[in-house]
Amino acid sequence: MFKLVNMKYILTIKDFFNVQNHKQKSSKQMESHEGFGVSVGSMPKAAFSYHGEDDDQIATVLSSDVKPRILLMGLRRSGKSSIQKVVFHKMSPNETLFLESTAKIFKDDVSNNSFINFQIWDIPGQVDFLDTNFDLDMIFGGTGALIFVVDAQDEYIDALTCLHQTVSKAYRVNPQIRFEIFIHKVDGLSDDHKIETQRDISQRANEELHEAGLTDLHLSFYLTSIYDHSIFEAFSKVVQKLIPQLSTLENLLSSYVQNSMVEKAFLFDVVSKIYIATDGSAVDMQSYELCCEMIDVMIDMTCIYGDDESECACEQDSTCIIRLNNSSILYLREITRFLVLVCILRDEAFTKRGIIDYNILCLQKAIHSVFDVRTKLNKPNGVLPVEGMNSIGHLANSTNA
Amino acid sequence: MKKKVLLMGNLVLNLWDCGGQEAFMENYFASQRDNIFRNVEVLIYVFDVESRELEKDMHYYQTCLEAILQNSPSAKIFCLIHKMDLVQEDQRDIVFRDREDDLVRLSKPLQCACFKTSIWDETLYKAWSSIMYQLIPNVQELETNLARFAEIINADEVLLFEKATFLVISHNERRKHKDIHRFEKISNIIKQFKLSCSKVAASFQSMEVRNNCFAAFIEVFTSNTYVMVIMSDTSIPSELTLINIRNARKHFEKLEKLDKNRLNAGRQWRV
Repeated sequence: MFKLVNMKYILTIKDFFNVQNHKQKSSKQMESHEGFGVSVGSMPKAAFSYHGEDDDQIATVLSSDVKPRILLMGLRRSGKSSIQKVVFHKMSPNETLFLESTAKIFKDDVSNNSFINFQIWDIPGQVDFLDTNFDLDMIFGGTGALIFVVDAQDEYIDALTCLHQTVSKAYRVNPQIRFEIFIHKVDGLSDDHKIETQRDISQRANEELHEAGLTDLHLSFYLTSIYDHSIFEAFSKVVQKLIPQLSTLENLLSSYVQNSMVEKAFLFDVVSKIYIATDGSAVDMQSYELCCEMIDVMIDMTCIYGDDESECACEQDSTCIIRLNNSSILYLREITRFLVLVCILRDEAFTKRGIIDYNILCLQKAIHSVFDVRTKLNKPNGVLPVEGMNSIGHLANSTNA
Repeated sequence: MKKKVLLMGNLVLNLWDCGGQEAFMENYFASQRDNIFRNVEVLIYVFDVESRELEKDMHYYQTCLEAILQNSPSAKIFCLIHKMDLVQEDQRDIVFRDREDDLVRLSKPLQCACFKTSIWDETLYKAWSSIMYQLIPNVQELETNLARFAEIINADEVLLFEKATFLVISHNERRKHKDIHRFEKISNIIKQFKLSCSKVAASFQSMEVRNNCFAAFIEVFTSNTYVMVIMSDTSIPSELTLINIRNARKHFEKLEKLDKNRLNAGRQWRV
């Protein structure tokens, strides 16, 4: 059976979700937008769990007020709504041309189709909401990450000013927030120009913070565009920082990779194509893109030929094998309803498919138990004994077989 | 601009991409007329849906048709209403129907087949598949053989793709499927994936997608085709279907060779 994983991470979950109870100002300030997706007004009735196989039983203590949040902020026309639509709602980048300006704060609860158990709040750019009566404590208090989108094709001086104001205010309310700056719309720029822009923006932003005395504030910068995979890669990194079990998952994947003679493995969230964990080796953008494409192929084919009743998300036991002419094989296996494992391996390694499949079974059980632990948070005596990482100690080793 | 495209091993398409600028157009109809419009098997006329000069477009189109009527009256005519992605989705059908009606009317006595297309989605593949279908000489025979093949291996559906373009050139469905646009969608899916593969300097050889209600296999078939087999009986192991495909390969290769000999010295098609 599987021993439980490192307790350090369990404590982190508790801290992370320990949000201060803020006074709820009158609801007319924060109306939800009826637009494209889910209208989040009051607490949803359905269980919004960490979607494992037993997700019907797993109900979290979190109400919609304290559900972890990612804020998307930036000046108007910087591309925030497009990012959200492309990443979480599978909109084609070309169709974002037809999106209208966001009028109100759009709270998108993506956890219905995605592993990501967050709300994405799309804050309209033209509203200088730092000046109005929005309950900043409430907004920033429950936020895990603040993504500030800067349009790299436009003059970004104003954006930098707004960035500084937003970030300093947010930091004062909640110093735990992670600040991620997306230098967006870089598809039109040359490589040199991209690097130069990033250098310039990061230099200016950090200088302003230094002058204001906020030296502990750390900003992360990403070059993104909705027309290629960079936006998914950036969002992957943002989300990974917010998942407390990240190290555990990485260790699990590393162990799996070593024992199965696999070159690279990713744990993807199917709908958004964000990878929530990978093994220890470096991530090559091209491999990541190829895996994203593979997921697209699998989903599209399943939509056409799969069962009608279930939605076109991952079905049970989805498998996909693609052989390339350079002796590489891409192998996809479903782990949970929302997570898939994508491996890149050599032809020779795939001859030991039986072992690889057995290891994946072990990995699957381990991942389920990692997320099961969360439900045990509710027990009064909460803390479980610290155990080592031996939940997959008996993975079959394909090099010995 | 002229280009020779080799399809199906023995089909040479002479593709003439005629620039649309006014100067060229005048030239085509004047001095180059006989040269261009003689011995044409297929005319593909592309209309820009956003064009502000509908009258002019129609005028040029009709002039083309006149030239065709004089020089190659048996040519097949295809009209592509292109750049449909620039039209709002809910408007597309209406706009297309409108144009189609106009074109069919204006083309008389010749017949034209109209398609709405965009390079950003699968509609372009539908148009080209139809064009290809007209050009492949032994399509009937292929279809009969595919039907037999599907029957033997108990497949839901079998599709045959041309290797270079991944256009569906033949198919057999033993089980009704509700999505009539699936062929072009599949072409699109695979083409997209091929494009991504080329970025890592590789190309894909075969694919298998399965879950608990279907299994799809895409394999190299003959030297000029790929085959896709859809099975809904998932209890049949993949290896079995792959062996069947491998065995059928030899039979279909023979068919292609036979056909090659029949078409003496490779017939050339002007498109």
